[in-house]
Amino acid sequence: MLNYALKRLGLAVVIVSLAMLMLFCMIYLIPGDPASVALGPRATEAMREALRIKMGLDQPVWMQFWNFYIGAWSGDLGKEVLSSRPVLTVVLEQLPFTLALIAGGISWSVALGIPLGCWAAVKRGSLADRVVGILSVAVIAVPSFVIAIYALLIFAVALRWLPAIGAGEPGNPGDQILHLILPSLAVGLGWVGYIARMVRASMLEVLEASHIRTARAFGLPERQITYRYALSIAILPTVTLLGVGIGQMLSSAVFAEIVFARPGVGKLVYDAILTRNFPVVTGAVLVTTVLFVLLNLIADLIVGALDPRVRSSF
Amino acid sequence: MSEAVSSPPARQSGPGRALRRLLREPLGVFAILLVALVVFGAIFADLLTQYDPTRINPRERFSPPGADHLLGTDQLGRDLFARVLHGGRIALYVALVSTAISLAIGIVLGLIAGYGPRWLDNLMILVFDAVKSFPTVMLALALVTLVGPSLTAVMVVVILVNVPGYARIIRTQTIALKTSEFVTAAQSMGASSARILRVHVLPNVIGPLVILASMDIPVVIAIEAGMSFLGLGVRPPTPSWGSILNDGFSNIRETAWIAVAGGLPIIVTTLGFTFLGETLRDVLDPRLKGRG
Repeated sequence: MLNYALKRLGLAVVIVSLAMLMLFCMIYLIPGDPASVALGPRATEAMREALRIKMGLDQPVWMQFWNFYIGAWSGDLGKEVLSSRPVLTVVLEQLPFTLALIAGGISWSVALGIPLGCWAAVKRGSLADRVVGILSVAVIAVPSFVIAIYALLIFAVALRWLPAIGAGEPGNPGDQILHLILPSLAVGLGWVGYIARMVRASMLEVLEASHIRTARAFGLPERQITYRYALSIAILPTVTLLGVGIGQMLSSAVFAEIVFARPGVGKLVYDAILTRNFPVVTGAVLVTTVLFVLLNLIADLIVGALDPRVRSSF
Repeated sequence: MSEAVSSPPARQSGPGRALRRLLREPLGVFAILLVALVVFGAIFADLLTQYDPTRINPRERFSPPGADHLLGTDQLGRDLFARVLHGGRIALYVALVSTAISLAIGIVLGLIAGYGPRWLDNLMILVFDAVKSFPTVMLALALVTLVGPSLTAVMVVVILVNVPGYARIIRTQTIALKTSEFVTAAQSMGASSARILRVHVLPNVIGPLVILASMDIPVVIAIEAGMSFLGLGVRPPTPSWGSILNDGFSNIRETAWIAVAGGLPIIVTTLGFTFLGETLRDVLDPRLKGRG
């Protein structure tokens, strides 16, 4: 297991390094000078030159990458253009809002997806099963930003049941949760479908297993068999599915944050693009990428710990 | 010589038979209707409405849906029905062109990785994983910051998102075929690598990939609409479902119908293509079940 964990960790480091290299190439090798991009079209040549030296753009390319690379690993992602605050601090300030949003999305997807999948498996082949199947595919297919806009339109603007804007009053958990309901629904609804499908498939498998047959032979009530013995095993694969899911929810979170005007990393990047705050864009993209790789790593390690076959095939 | 060592026939499933089985599934019929609706609307956009999707008419701004304007007008008085129909052209154009390019690049890279030397395979897999490690939206945001919003930027994002997955599928299947008897036989008869890949490997690996790629079409349409919604895709005044949705979002407190008009075609198209892909996959190749 330790061997597997070390190999997997090494791979994650290599992937993050490669991602950094790509990000670096995107910034420095694509036509368009970052200094002019940052300063906008009305800057003078002297201003550009000064910024170029300040950003280290006068050094050779490999030297620039090395500085960027070493800096990034030690947490130095550069400084914000306007306020000169460290980019890492700025990004980390916004990160909790995004993580809360994703946690909300997971809550929705688990709270709805597991019962639906379980129900469909128990009623296998019935109309209910078919409806759950079609609904699962439908919520996976529809993009989260359309769900976000329609949720905003229906529940916030038309019915006025829930707040439309912001993250709620700081220090008021009730208000914050109220502000989290709609955006996290937009983030998590698609995953209700994934989880329902996953739970249904693995429930069907588990219900065929011999220990369930034994339980039936002992005459245990069907309800107890389903929920106590079958479901507790059938939800295990969901854990690893969520590892991937959290990463993809990061993408949906960007839209949810913009639509509901919530603070967060996605909103930060979007605003940074509009204001040409270039280092913030790179920094935030890098932090979310590391987060994404880290979550996949954790999911893989959990699977590896549970399933020796995965370890040996690596 | 190819007669002497012919590769096993790629799965023969007559298109006619598949279509008949598809039409027996109610969901398949429903999906075909939705997709046909969108394609028909996009192709005959000019005949279905006399309005110009980009013509501004301040006197008719925010007209509610009615006989004159089926879906109403937006904040500049442009007819939303015309914009939705013409937006369909953009969406389908991006979906088809960028999926075709991703397929072509993915197939070539996958064959190289699967058939080439081991070190090259390892390196390519690493690069694919690294590209995939960027969350899609973050990749799009970073790229557009540099090259500016355009349809090309949207397509580049789609290609970057799709190619690693396609290449991996082709690679895995190529590796499986590499040691098969008919490939060894072709090698022993002195066939070049290019010929082996083209004649013996490609026909056997391409089928499942095309099904998976067609199932990605709704995802591509979502990426185009999403980027246009954020103002990172097509430039105004070109109509795109995403930009209509954005107009609706900006005016959501005044009127609801702009947002509804922008979201509806996205829902219809993604549902249509997804249901079509799901039923097609089950009809054509049950082995792929659960991989979408």
